[in-house]
Amino acid sequence: MRREGSAFQGLGVVMLKELADHLTGIRMIVLEWLVVLMALGVVYTGIQQIREVSAEDPFLFLRLFTRSGEGLPSFVSVLSFLVPLVAIGIGFDLVNSERNQRTLSRILSQPIYRDALLFGKFLAGLLTMTIMLVALWLMVIGLGILTLGLPPGAEEVARAVAMLIVTIVYAGVWLALALLFSIVFRSGATAALVALGLWLFLTILWPLLSPYLAAVFVSDTVTTPAELLSHLGVLQAFARLSPGALFGEIVGVLLDPTVRSTQQPLLASLGLALVQPGAIPGAPLPLLQSFEVVWPQTVGMVASAILLFVIGYVIFQRQEVRA
Amino acid sequence: MSETNVIEAKGLTKTYGGATAVDHVTFTVGRGEIFGLLGPNGAGKTTTILMLLGLTEISSGEVSVLGFDPAREPLSVKRRVGYLPDTVGFYDQLTAADNLRYTARLIGFRSREREMRITAALDQVGLQEFADKYVGTFSRGMRQRLGLAEILMKGAQIAILDEPTSGLDPHATAELLAIIRGFKSEGVSVLLSSHLLERVQSVCDRVALFSNGRIALMGSVAELGREVLGGGYVVDIEADGAGLAERLALIPGVSGVEKIGIGKLRLHADRDVRPEAAAEVVAMHGRLKYLGIQEPSLDAIYTRYFATRPDEEMAMREGARHAA
Repeated sequence: MRREGSAFQGLGVVMLKELADHLTGIRMIVLEWLVVLMALGVVYTGIQQIREVSAEDPFLFLRLFTRSGEGLPSFVSVLSFLVPLVAIGIGFDLVNSERNQRTLSRILSQPIYRDALLFGKFLAGLLTMTIMLVALWLMVIGLGILTLGLPPGAEEVARAVAMLIVTIVYAGVWLALALLFSIVFRSGATAALVALGLWLFLTILWPLLSPYLAAVFVSDTVTTPAELLSHLGVLQAFARLSPGALFGEIVGVLLDPTVRSTQQPLLASLGLALVQPGAIPGAPLPLLQSFEVVWPQTVGMVASAILLFVIGYVIFQRQEVRA
Repeated sequence: MSETNVIEAKGLTKTYGGATAVDHVTFTVGRGEIFGLLGPNGAGKTTTILMLLGLTEISSGEVSVLGFDPAREPLSVKRRVGYLPDTVGFYDQLTAADNLRYTARLIGFRSREREMRITAALDQVGLQEFADKYVGTFSRGMRQRLGLAEILMKGAQIAILDEPTSGLDPHATAELLAIIRGFKSEGVSVLLSSHLLERVQSVCDRVALFSNGRIALMGSVAELGREVLGGGYVVDIEADGAGLAERLALIPGVSGVEKIGIGKLRLHADRDVRPEAAAEVVAMHGRLKYLGIQEPSLDAIYTRYFATRPDEEMAMREGARHAA
């Protein structure tokens, strides 16, 4: 049985209305200032460090994103921590507020499908975050040009753009999760608390817990390098259940051309270096090869965003409209 | 689909898990008619309405709205039907006009037509002064009227109103009912649901009384009155004059005379005996102070109908208590 008409009729209207709500709402203004102030703060202190230590670094500009001042997190770790918060702030009441305001059945009695409402809300949220992240990204680049006094090279720009896109995908994962909770929980407060709880668990507790859980599945004694690598593989597999870990792996490779594998930082933390046959240690990787290294992780992140959205979509389609 | 009916429902059924919310409901709504779905909360009125709009799946049965199947052609149905949900909600942070603008964009009206329609609709429900006020400041009655304005703006052929008068004060109710009568005069068919029988009795051409997901009674209020209350006419008369009661009892067709107060009599008859009663009073040089015929009341019909079905009445009373 085919439905009449397009599922996307009214999509643009819903999206523009939601976008206007986000951009004028006090909630978004507070979240945006929080992110902008924190991010610019760490970039500024990072710049002081960069000036002192690495004058002849060929990828000086990328250090803006990864380097930080003494005891402070870097720009990308601030993003990794705060982007989920903003996404949850946007998404936790997207659907349940329509129910609680009793607007849902009135809107759905207009000639549109539920698909348009849900897609419109998701896209508007993602667009809001994109606007914020692009503005922030431009500010960082601008700050870099002003303080370092040199323009970024083409490859640096390409890598920074790739990082921006990955950050937007990362935002999409959390937005889809928040949207799912706004569909499942009728109360906005419950949805927000559950989403924030999961966020704290995945960003703070999970990185501490996952090595212990992984240890259950691997032997304690590591004798050969191959064993070590498989051991690290299991560790990573567990850590990657947190979107923040995936995000960290991807931007770590994108923003540092000398990183040849996502396991390299882990090995380095054990005091080991990754030696690949035929590769010169420490030599930068070409742009496309860096992309290749993180392609699976990126696809994984896109897939999890789609999966979360689809789960929410199916539940929403089956829900009764009456309160 | 006949020419005269805008809604035809046949054997409409909705089950949730094991429970049956609507049980083989069959009714039609004619063009330009005001049709009332009456009954206590939880009797299946709202579920029936949602099925008509394609907002909830139909378990079994057939329904046709303006010739369209709401399950297969929901957009065609929703484009032509206006819906006022039970305690309608609007975006509090938007103005009344902006709320209507959003709906108008969803429907797909172009900007000039949109503004004309919004202005006209707000005028018609008496909200023109509040067009640029935030809905957050609106009273319940104003929100209901804004909901009716939305239906007017849409240019709907059918208006489906779920509990339009619930929670309103008598003044707001009267205003709302006047607007609903206005729908009829513009040729819009109205389907309204309510658990307050007396209030909507005056506007409905025909009603269906719901009980536990079924239609217990259907027809015009007068028809139901005759069917359930035994076909009698009740004429109240207030006049003075000795022996009036005895003389009135002799009028052909009068089956009984009842004294209900000082100088007040109630006649039970099988036809309208007001002319003869007046003539009698005048003939004995009495002074006629009041003469009126009682319209059958829905409440009376309801009570009488379920008095003969104690089980159902219990269910009704339960429902009514929850409604209160």
